[in-house]
Amino acid sequence: MNFKSDHMRRLLTLLALFGVSAAAWSAGADLGQSEKQATNWTAIGMFAAFVVATLFITKWAASKTKSAADFYTGGGGITGFQNGLAIAGDYMSAASFLGISAAVMASGFDGLIFSIGFLVGWPVITFLMAERLRNLGKFTFADVAAFRFKQAPVRIFAASGTLVVVAFYLIAQMVGAGQLIKLLFGLEYWIAVVIVGSLMMIYVLFGGMTATTWVQIIKACLLLGGASFMAIMVLWNFGFSPEAMFAQAVKIKADLASSTGKTAEEAAKLGQSIMGPGNFVKDPISAISFGMALMFGTAGLPHILMRFFTVPSAKEARKSVMWATGWIGYFYLLTFIIGFGAISFVLTNPSFLDAKGGLLGGNNMAAIHLANAVGGNVFLGFISAVAFATIVAVVAGLTLSGASAVSHDLYATVIKKGKADSASELRISKITTLVLGVIAVVLGIAFEKQNIAFMVSLAFAIAASANFPVLFMSVLWKDCTTRGAVIGGFMGLISSVALTVVSPSVWEATLGNPKGSALFPYASPALFSMTLGFLGIWLFSILDNSKQAQIDRAGFLAQQVRSETGIGAAGASGH
Amino acid sequence: MDDDLVQRIVKNPKYQELKAKRTSYGWWLTLAMMVVYYGFILLVAFNKPFLSQRLGEGVMTVGIPIGFGVIIFTILITAIYVKRANKEFDDLTAEVTKAVLK
Repeated sequence: MNFKSDHMRRLLTLLALFGVSAAAWSAGADLGQSEKQATNWTAIGMFAAFVVATLFITKWAASKTKSAADFYTGGGGITGFQNGLAIAGDYMSAASFLGISAAVMASGFDGLIFSIGFLVGWPVITFLMAERLRNLGKFTFADVAAFRFKQAPVRIFAASGTLVVVAFYLIAQMVGAGQLIKLLFGLEYWIAVVIVGSLMMIYVLFGGMTATTWVQIIKACLLLGGASFMAIMVLWNFGFSPEAMFAQAVKIKADLASSTGKTAEEAAKLGQSIMGPGNFVKDPISAISFGMALMFGTAGLPHILMRFFTVPSAKEARKSVMWATGWIGYFYLLTFIIGFGAISFVLTNPSFLDAKGGLLGGNNMAAIHLANAVGGNVFLGFISAVAFATIVAVVAGLTLSGASAVSHDLYATVIKKGKADSASELRISKITTLVLGVIAVVLGIAFEKQNIAFMVSLAFAIAASANFPVLFMSVLWKDCTTRGAVIGGFMGLISSVALTVVSPSVWEATLGNPKGSALFPYASPALFSMTLGFLGIWLFSILDNSKQAQIDRAGFLAQQVRSETGIGAAGASGH
Repeated sequence: MDDDLVQRIVKNPKYQELKAKRTSYGWWLTLAMMVVYYGFILLVAFNKPFLSQRLGEGVMTVGIPIGFGVIIFTILITAIYVKRANKEFDDLTAEVTKAVLK
């Protein structure tokens, strides 16, 4: 295989992982190509140690999880620093660790564009949302969105938004988990999916938010520690000179290019191309639309929003986001160095390459092979175990937020009209956890061979187009009404899903329609669907003259006072 | 929360000060973040040669420090907000609470 197509293939896989691929790129470029590896006992041993440790934590957490409030918020006693780590853990998925480092290895600078997109939503959450969310909410973001509105319609919308986002995110994680574990541990795909599903159910069922948070914190520390070690080892090899590291990578890329028959001049140009933007951003509309999905989608992800209710006060909520932003930003700097390290230490080492010059085991193994190169077999086992732990932890967080939407928003508020007792609410959330776990495993196995590339970006786009506008307008705009929020929210939800279905990455790559037949040409729907969501909320609110609308508007002042001062807000557990 | 309490809080000048200061600060910083991020994305979309030009004799380009700069900026601007909020906004909140809940 020549350099160029191999280089493209790797980039494609990464794009597929993030779900931004356009049709031309994504056919067959998901993780489905991964080959099963020899069973890696060191990695399995390390992962077993992680599992044992987290099961002890779950046992401890179970003794503290007695009420629905404990289940949803871990009793509300988590500090800002701990919560910041847990949020970072939720956000640093295996896709960001393996995917971004593989992207940087394949195309250098373009990998950085991803990282930045994933990071920039956090300050906006801090400045406009975090404190107000904490002051208004109890368990789920629907508590905030429905604060002054008629409960049932807004809750139904919020639960739909939550479940749709969780479903797509969950399928993407499960399929990714199966593929990665097949690679890392040499286990069968379905066994890997069942292990992830079972562990996640145990954590959430017995330990609720407390266990989920601590699993997430431990994993975040392991991941940050492991990634730091790799980055330091890479820099150490270059005498801590970034210029030397970049120069070596450029030279290797140029050598690889000239070995495929490029002239010296072309090869030098290809080598240097990793230092600047390449072809990732094709047209400006896709770039801006994708940027909006990442920036505002973060502020609408239900499993992230839920974390703001685990801390005791607005101050701690604010501190959580600061810590989370710091850790996530630091992590992205590390992955950039790891990607460049992989160019120097993985691409040049025949023991990591197959006969065609591709990476052994598939495209997202850059960081894994680098772990072996800089830390030997034991460190390889460690990083593999961390990658597995990462998936389990992220999946647990997602399931918990899906279960809360069903038990708190639908069961307790809509069906029981707020009169459910804590015990039955807790029972419903546990049943939902079981159901979601089984569904996740079944879908994970069903989607094994499917191109699931679009799912993560779809989850972000829906979060940005449905959940975020409703949350934002209900908290900050006094004239917003129940009708406006619900209609606008569903407009954002439906349009983001529909536009994704008729976009090239689904219409052509997944559904197999001919090239060029997709009705919507851009990589992400957010620019249009988010605008539609906001417009819908605005229009149907100002046109709303119903009796309910007067109640909704009259309630704004009290809501605003509470959102600004926290006066009247319950402590997370004391309700 | 009863209407009487809401009215007392709204009439409290410290509350008005808190609301005005935090809201405008939050929006200004949001604007700054949007300008920096979309500025970067527009550079990527419309002026790739600028980001790819070399800084000196070596391989380092303009784009790499700018990209790292955006990440550092994101972390710093968050920290700057939190620092001011932890002191000034929390003090104001405490004053409002004290005044209306005695």
